[in-house]
Amino acid sequence: MTRDLRSIHRTMVRIRVFEGRVQQLFLERKLPGFVHVYTGQEAVAVGVCAALRPDDYITSTHRGHGHAIAKGVGLDRLMAELYGKETGVCRGRGGSMHVADFGLGMLGANGIVAAGCGLATGAGLSALYRGSGQVAVCFFGEGGVNKGMFHEAANFATVKRLPVIFACENNRFAQYTGFERTTSVADLARRADGYGMPGVTVDGNDVIAVLQAASDAVQAARGGDGPTFLNLETYRFGGHFVGDAEEYRTENQVNAWLERDPIPRLEAHLRSDDTLDSGARDDVWSDAALEVEEAERFAEESPYPDPAAALEGILDRR
Amino acid sequence: MSRQISFGQATLEAMQYAMRRDDRVIVIGEDIGWGGSFGQFRGLLDEFGPQRVVDMPISEAIIVAASVGAAVTGLRPVASMSFVEFTMGAMDEIVNQAAKLRFMFGDQVTVPMVLRASDGTLRSSAAQHSESLEALFAHIPGLKVVAPSAPADAKGLLAAAIADDDPVVFLENKKIGSMRGDVPEGEYQVPLGRAEIRRPGNDVTVVAYSIMAIHGERAARQLADEHEIEVELVDLRTLVPLDIETIADSVRRTRRAVVCHEAWVSGGYGAEIAARITEELFDELEAPVTRVGARPTHIPFSPPLERAVVPQHEEIVDAVLRVVAHRRQAV
Repeated sequence: MTRDLRSIHRTMVRIRVFEGRVQQLFLERKLPGFVHVYTGQEAVAVGVCAALRPDDYITSTHRGHGHAIAKGVGLDRLMAELYGKETGVCRGRGGSMHVADFGLGMLGANGIVAAGCGLATGAGLSALYRGSGQVAVCFFGEGGVNKGMFHEAANFATVKRLPVIFACENNRFAQYTGFERTTSVADLARRADGYGMPGVTVDGNDVIAVLQAASDAVQAARGGDGPTFLNLETYRFGGHFVGDAEEYRTENQVNAWLERDPIPRLEAHLRSDDTLDSGARDDVWSDAALEVEEAERFAEESPYPDPAAALEGILDRR
Repeated sequence: MSRQISFGQATLEAMQYAMRRDDRVIVIGEDIGWGGSFGQFRGLLDEFGPQRVVDMPISEAIIVAASVGAAVTGLRPVASMSFVEFTMGAMDEIVNQAAKLRFMFGDQVTVPMVLRASDGTLRSSAAQHSESLEALFAHIPGLKVVAPSAPADAKGLLAAAIADDDPVVFLENKKIGSMRGDVPEGEYQVPLGRAEIRRPGNDVTVVAYSIMAIHGERAARQLADEHEIEVELVDLRTLVPLDIETIADSVRRTRRAVVCHEAWVSGGYGAEIAARITEELFDELEAPVTRVGARPTHIPFSPPLERAVVPQHEEIVDAVLRVVAHRRQAV
């Protein structure tokens, strides 16, 4: 557990530093498109992925960099994708909203809300049929529970007892609209009741609690007991996208959540039981900064895709 | 050896061979356990069991999404919807997931799945169970679209669709489902993207697919008997990829073309075919490429109204006569 927690801490810090730099690069207009950063929600991706085997599957959202890093995608190829470079994880074809690495079981960030619920359900169906023992986790925001896809997937996955975990990343906002204004129940875990699926509400900024809840869900899924709904309560420190004016929330609310920042909370825990002294902690942060710097250099120096290859990966229409 | 069996039975044979050959092939959809309207799934549940023949809730979105998820993790699902209109409930998953993933993720994965749906009019099925929506699918890069007319083709094309690494929309016209024809025994594929000349002729090319290829044969016989006009009938079989070579070779000889489908003329796939013919052969055409298709309204329930909206062989005959009568003005 101690070793796990140090590795978990390192991954959370790497996400934090990566996303901080991505935000800066976007504001400097070095990244095309637009980006949604994961800052503040690190405990969710890292805690859940720490409960998985390397060959398990995850599906992700438009805010997917954190999930990719937590599943093991290298920062260099991830950064190169954000630049639209040929060396990116999707060779520049996908960009920030579509990062994927199928070799690592990362079945893709997805720009369609709750789409991952359906894809993970299919991956679970496939794993169960093949008898591989793999599980599939779909990460989706609380906005996703109001999409039909969530409901169709929840019903089907439960009735067939598929090895799927519905990891609802409840960051309080569906784009710019507060959760209370759009969703008929305050405790989202109750949504699972209607499908006969266990629903658990978890402090999504406490990575140890996330890891525990995810481990229980994974064990149930792998053991043939079917899916679990995890309501992981967290908060988006930044706006919906980089550049969002954030007029829909108060400074008080943001400050209250900043005090529950998952990284200092984990660091306090690791300090209190002497797992990580301040020197080792500082090393983790400076190593992450170096790694991100390297990733940025790799992306900068990488070539763009050849325009002559624009039709690759698509069938010949004739 | 071949024998006479129905279109539905022919596709059932393709399913049986594919599932016996390759245990990655599963079938997932509405009401497949009981066998399907045309017997196209009969006996599969008994032979292959509920893990491979997955009866689904009436939840179209998850039928397609789960197929995509299974396809990108090593299976080759055949998804089935009873009526093509029901695919509208899964259009997000068809367009935004099935069609895009291979491209969007930089070619690191393929989506080998087939989406089967029945389309077209049959005995006053009315506006929500009668449509032909192939143009919606054909418009989207990344989807292949198949619409056979003959049982033998249906068997071979379904086998090819299941073996293909890209998502294939396989459209089965309801009028054809119970029609019989010569079907070879054994396992075989008809390659995707190849049209077939169902009847040779020198006067005018009729390009058709699905039920309109059958109406086209009847029209061709009538035109030969009553007007001494020899139609060359090109049955496309696959819409995407389009076999423009076979079409162009034919029109280059006949210098006249009529393009037919049961779908609406306006914005239909026939417009794409007509444009491609015109782009390639403008200087060789003796007449404008003419289209036959449904008139621009929804499919009515009342039988005389349905007939007034949806074309059959008479409309093809009329169009051919117009095209043959056309004389190009000297410049």
